[in-house]
Amino acid sequence: MTTTSPATRPATGPDSPAPDRRVGFGRLLLTEWIKIRSVRSTLWTLAIFVVVSVGLTTLLTWLTMRAFRAGQADARSAQIANDPVGFILGTGLGLGQLAICVLGALVITAEYSSGTIRATLLAVPRRLPVLIAKCVVFAALVFVVAEIVSFACFYIGAALVHSRFQVSLSQPGVTRAVIGSGLYLTVLGLFALAIGALIRHTAGAITTVIGLVLVVLPLTSLLPYSWGAHIHAYAPTIAGQLITQDKLQQSGQLLTPWQGFGVFCAWTALLLIVAAYLLRRRDA
Amino acid sequence: MIEVRDLTKRFGDKLAVDHLSFDVAPGRVTGFLGPNGAGKSTTMRLILGLDRPQSGTATIDGLRYDQLHRPLCTVGALLEAKAMHPGRSAYQHLLFLAASQGLPRRRVNEVVSLVGLTAVAHKRTRTYSLGMSQRVGIAAAMLGDPRVLLLDEPVNGLAAEGRTIFVSSHLMNEMAVTADHLIVIGKGKLIADGPTQEFIERSSERSVLVRSPQAAALTELLAAEGGKVTAGPGNGGQPGPLTVTGLAAPRIGEIAAGRGIVLHELTPQLASLEEAYMELTAGSVEYAVTGHPPGPAAASAPGPAAVPAPTASGAEGSNP
Repeated sequence: MTTTSPATRPATGPDSPAPDRRVGFGRLLLTEWIKIRSVRSTLWTLAIFVVVSVGLTTLLTWLTMRAFRAGQADARSAQIANDPVGFILGTGLGLGQLAICVLGALVITAEYSSGTIRATLLAVPRRLPVLIAKCVVFAALVFVVAEIVSFACFYIGAALVHSRFQVSLSQPGVTRAVIGSGLYLTVLGLFALAIGALIRHTAGAITTVIGLVLVVLPLTSLLPYSWGAHIHAYAPTIAGQLITQDKLQQSGQLLTPWQGFGVFCAWTALLLIVAAYLLRRRDA
Repeated sequence: MIEVRDLTKRFGDKLAVDHLSFDVAPGRVTGFLGPNGAGKSTTMRLILGLDRPQSGTATIDGLRYDQLHRPLCTVGALLEAKAMHPGRSAYQHLLFLAASQGLPRRRVNEVVSLVGLTAVAHKRTRTYSLGMSQRVGIAAAMLGDPRVLLLDEPVNGLAAEGRTIFVSSHLMNEMAVTADHLIVIGKGKLIADGPTQEFIERSSERSVLVRSPQAAALTELLAAEGGKVTAGPGNGGQPGPLTVTGLAAPRIGEIAAGRGIVLHELTPQLASLEEAYMELTAGSVEYAVTGHPPGPAAASAPGPAAVPAPTASGAEGSNP
C-alpha cells in the first residue's frame, strides 16, 4: 500500500487527497445525509407520515362533507362550515405529525442503541458540529417532505369541499397556514430530536414526545385562572400550532400565529442547547 | 506516541482508572494487559475521547483526540464488534465514515475487499455474524490508513509494520506472542510497564528444577541459603524433584558442589508467563473467584503471599 518507511511516515495518510485539514462542515452535512438515507426507518416513517396525513385528510374531509350535505348538524359539520381550511389542515396532519415525532427521536436514539454514536464520534470528535449537522440535514429533509404534504393536503381538501366552500391560498391567512404547517412539523421534528438527544433511549424518547404532544400539553387547557391560560398558550406545541391555523380558534388568543411559532422555536432551541451541553459532557 | 498522564475516571463511587500514566511508543505493538474489569476498555475510551476523564490527559503525538484534524487518518480503533446500525449496510457505514474524513469512495471499496466482505457489503449488518461484524470494525479502523491502532481485545495476532499498535487483552499468552512491550494494569492502576522480553526473562529465572539422590540434605542446604524448596512426589525409592525458587541455577550448583552432593538434573524453569501474570495481578482481580472454604486458614492476607507455595519444612512434613 505504501512505500514510505515506517520511521518517516508522513503525518497524513498516503491516500490523503489534500493536505490535512479539519473536517469541514460540508463534509459533516454529507456524512449525516448518508446516515439518514441509508436506514430504512427514515423511509418508513416518512412514508407513514405521507400516507396517514394525505389519506386521513382525504377520508375525513370526504366523510364530513357527505354528512354536511346530508344535513347532519354534528360538531364536525359545524367545524368544516366555520373554518374549512382549519379542518383540512387539522385532521390528517394532526395524526401524521406523530410519524415526524418518531423519526426525530429515532434519528438520534438509534445511534445510541446501535453503538453508531461511537463510530460517529471517533470520526468527528468535536461533538457540537455533529449535532448541528444532524439537525440541519434532518430539518431540511422534514421541511421539504412536510411542505409537499401540507400543500397536497390543502389542495385535496379544497377540491373535496369545493361544492360548498370556496377555499384558496389568496384568502387571508391561508397561505401562511399551509406553509406554516410544514414549518410547524419541521420544528416539531427538531423538538423530538432534542428530546431524543436528552433521553438517548428510543422507547423512552418516543413515549415522552408523543405523551407531551398528545396528552400533557393539550391538558394544560384545563388549568384554571389567567396563569393557567398563559401556561397553555406558551406550551411548546400549543403555541406552535397557531401558525397552522388560518383563523383564530378562540377569542382572546394570547399570541399571534408568528409569535406562537417563535415561542415553539424558543422552546426547541432551549432543549437543543441543553442537549448540546449534555452531549459535550457525557460519556458516549 | 500515545502519552497518558495521571488519567482518572470514576463511575459513581467506583474508580475505573486511577491516576494512570504510561507511554505507548511508536512503531511497535504494545500489549495492554489486565484482568477483566481492570479498566483497559475505559482507558482506551478515554484516549479516544469517548469518555470524559475526571482528571489527567491522554494525547496522541501531542494532541488530544478531539484536536486531531482527520482522526480516522491518524488513529484506527476497534472497540466492541457490533457498533453499527443493524439496518444499515456495511458499505453505507463505511461510506459515511469515509465522507467524514474526505476520503474517496474508492477507499471504501478497498477496505471492504481487504477484509473480504465485498460479497455482502450491501447487506444490512443485522444479518452479519459476529465475525463479519468484527471485520466491518477492522475495515473501519483501517479506512484512513492510520499510523496508530487501538484494539480492544481482538482475537488474532498482529504485526506492527511500522504502526503504533496498542492492543488490550486479559490473556497473557495472547500478548506474549504478539506484543513487543507490555503495560499491565489492575483496578485502574499501573502494575508493570516494560518490554515483553524482560517479562519472559524475569519469570523464567524464577524457579529451578533440581534432581538429586540426596534430596533431603540438599533441601536443608538450599533453605539455609535462602531458597524456597518444594518437593515433588517421589518415584519408588527415588526422591522426587525439587523446585527451588529464590536461588539461581548456578548458585544451586555451587552449593551442591561445595558439599559434594550429586545432582542428576539442574534446569532453570520457564515458568509460564500466564503464571507470572496471575501472580502479578493476584491482588487486583476485580471479580475473583475464591476457592478457599471459609475458615481460619483462609483468613490470611490476600495477594501473592496467599498463593499456595509449601516451603521446605512443609514439604518435608508431607513427604512419607
